[in-house]
Amino acid sequence: MVKLTINGQQHEVTADPDTPLLYVLRDELALNGAKFGCGLGQCGACTVMVDGKAVFSCVTPILLLEGRQVTTVEGLGTHDNPGPMQRAFIAEQAAQCGYCIAGMMMRAQALLQDNPAVSDADIRAALQPNLCRCGTHMRILRAVRRAARLMQTADAGSASKNQ
Amino acid sequence: MIPRTIAASLLATAIVVAAYLALAWQPAVDPITPPDRASFDPALVRQGEKLAALGNCNVCHTAPGGKIFAGGRALTTPFGTIYSTNITPDPEIGMGAWSEAAFRRSMREGVDRAGRHLYPAFPYDHFTLVTAEDDEALYAFLMTREPVRTAIPANQLPFPYNMRILLAGWKLLFLQRGPYHPDQAQSEEWNRGAYLVEGLAHCGACHTPRNGLGAEKTRERFAGGESEGWTAYALNAQSPAPVPWDADQLYDYLRNGWQAVHGVPRGPMAAVIDDLGSADDADLRAIATYLASMIGEPAPQRRRQGDAALAQARRGTEGASTTGSIDLMRQRAATEPDNENGLGAKVYRSACAECHERGRPLPFGGLRLALSTAIEGPNPRNIINVVLAGLPAAPGGEPSPMMPGFSGALSDEQLTALLAYLRARFSDKPQWTDIAKEVRDAGTGARPVIAYPSHGIGAAPADVRERMSPW
Repeated sequence: MVKLTINGQQHEVTADPDTPLLYVLRDELALNGAKFGCGLGQCGACTVMVDGKAVFSCVTPILLLEGRQVTTVEGLGTHDNPGPMQRAFIAEQAAQCGYCIAGMMMRAQALLQDNPAVSDADIRAALQPNLCRCGTHMRILRAVRRAARLMQTADAGSASKNQ
Repeated sequence: MIPRTIAASLLATAIVVAAYLALAWQPAVDPITPPDRASFDPALVRQGEKLAALGNCNVCHTAPGGKIFAGGRALTTPFGTIYSTNITPDPEIGMGAWSEAAFRRSMREGVDRAGRHLYPAFPYDHFTLVTAEDDEALYAFLMTREPVRTAIPANQLPFPYNMRILLAGWKLLFLQRGPYHPDQAQSEEWNRGAYLVEGLAHCGACHTPRNGLGAEKTRERFAGGESEGWTAYALNAQSPAPVPWDADQLYDYLRNGWQAVHGVPRGPMAAVIDDLGSADDADLRAIATYLASMIGEPAPQRRRQGDAALAQARRGTEGASTTGSIDLMRQRAATEPDNENGLGAKVYRSACAECHERGRPLPFGGLRLALSTAIEGPNPRNIINVVLAGLPAAPGGEPSPMMPGFSGALSDEQLTALLAYLRARFSDKPQWTDIAKEVRDAGTGARPVIAYPSHGIGAAPADVRERMSPW
């Protein structure tokens, strides 16, 4: 039994402690935002935050995560009340197929939570581990810049309730 | 009236100062109009290109994400930060106004065209061995590059290190001028290797420890040094590689960027290997021959340890495709309960073993850690760097070794336990004493972890390369 704190909620999961977090999120907890891409920590589709830092959930066994705060894209806001990162991605229509987007948002969230006043070069460098195959890179960059503006204003909304 | 002794000592001081100034003063070499590119012999330019690759000029003289040879890369030294110079033919910022004589003087004496002493971050203590012919080819290559005008940040060096005039004294103490004198007792190939390794390739700049004034300790040649937070392993009899290196393995590693029983380069060495892709085979053979002679024939005990490491790695491979690996772990858990049931073992099994024991061959599979030089190394820094930052993919989508970084996923406590476990399980050497502090320093940035992209793979095994075609 491993105790996990995900989006502020406690879970006791029965999966083997060696199990990668991604499988637990998707198969046991029905948190399907994080996606399986490569399974090797090379594409970023599975990115979530652990204690505010972006990690690849596909290569992170849950035994590492007891006592730590896991945040998934579901923790950034809800359908009815999306957080600033989600609002920015919607406003910029940054998704085409959308498979990479949850991971993109989580890595960008980790970046901006640490420092919302980032440069364009910082954003590009930070998002380097995350791949998008449709080619909406420019929209993704615009969305992250928009989210940075939102997060620097009082408009931060409900986004960081779990951090 | 001033007493005679004081007058005499003042006079003596004045003489010494004057002598030093005379020694330190270097004339400017007259500027030239940048030569027409067509005036250089294309064969000479090609020769210079190969030499520039052996010298890794681009690694220091290119800023991250910047134009090649345009300089501006921050080089952190114990004395402060030095920004590399622009060596494109731009006449104002770069070397456009440099004559060949000015270039040769910089290589041999560490003085720029205007007569300023250069910091030995530019390894003229090695380049002084480069022949006039090779300097000519390098000059032809660099002067036919695209001129780039970029602002280079000012060096951040506190007093007295910002006083270039002091470098004349440094040179007096530490600069042994060339040329290279061949050792007649050795083969031509060995001498070629020595000329390159000690000269243009400046391997000792990282692999030899430095003294308090930043000069290489000549008596501890190739005893291991460091570069940008990465440990450069010893390339002499103290080489910590589990399997003793021989010339064929060294050639393999330098030519292909990976070696089946040694692994892949990372950190600054990945950038070095990237460049060697364009070097001549014969030169790489020569370098391997010379370095193998520096490492020397392994003692019988060293060879036995190497065989044991190989056997341990093979055992892992046999068990990899079945549950054999888990059985092995259970066996070990029974015999070494403290190490095998601890947090470090759990982290290794769940986060590392999947790639490092799966049996997928190098360069894309993980190295058996029984073969890891890093685990035998003098400190855990390189493993910390690799575990935290991973092996970032080579630029441009080129196939390359890879590993995800675990920064963020592993807590300091987990990483510390993992490192202690790896050392205890895979090395006979005593436990590292300072793991927790090393981990903390990497986490807080007290020791910055500078990740280098992986080098591209020119010669992966056939069965791996086949997977590069579309599915």
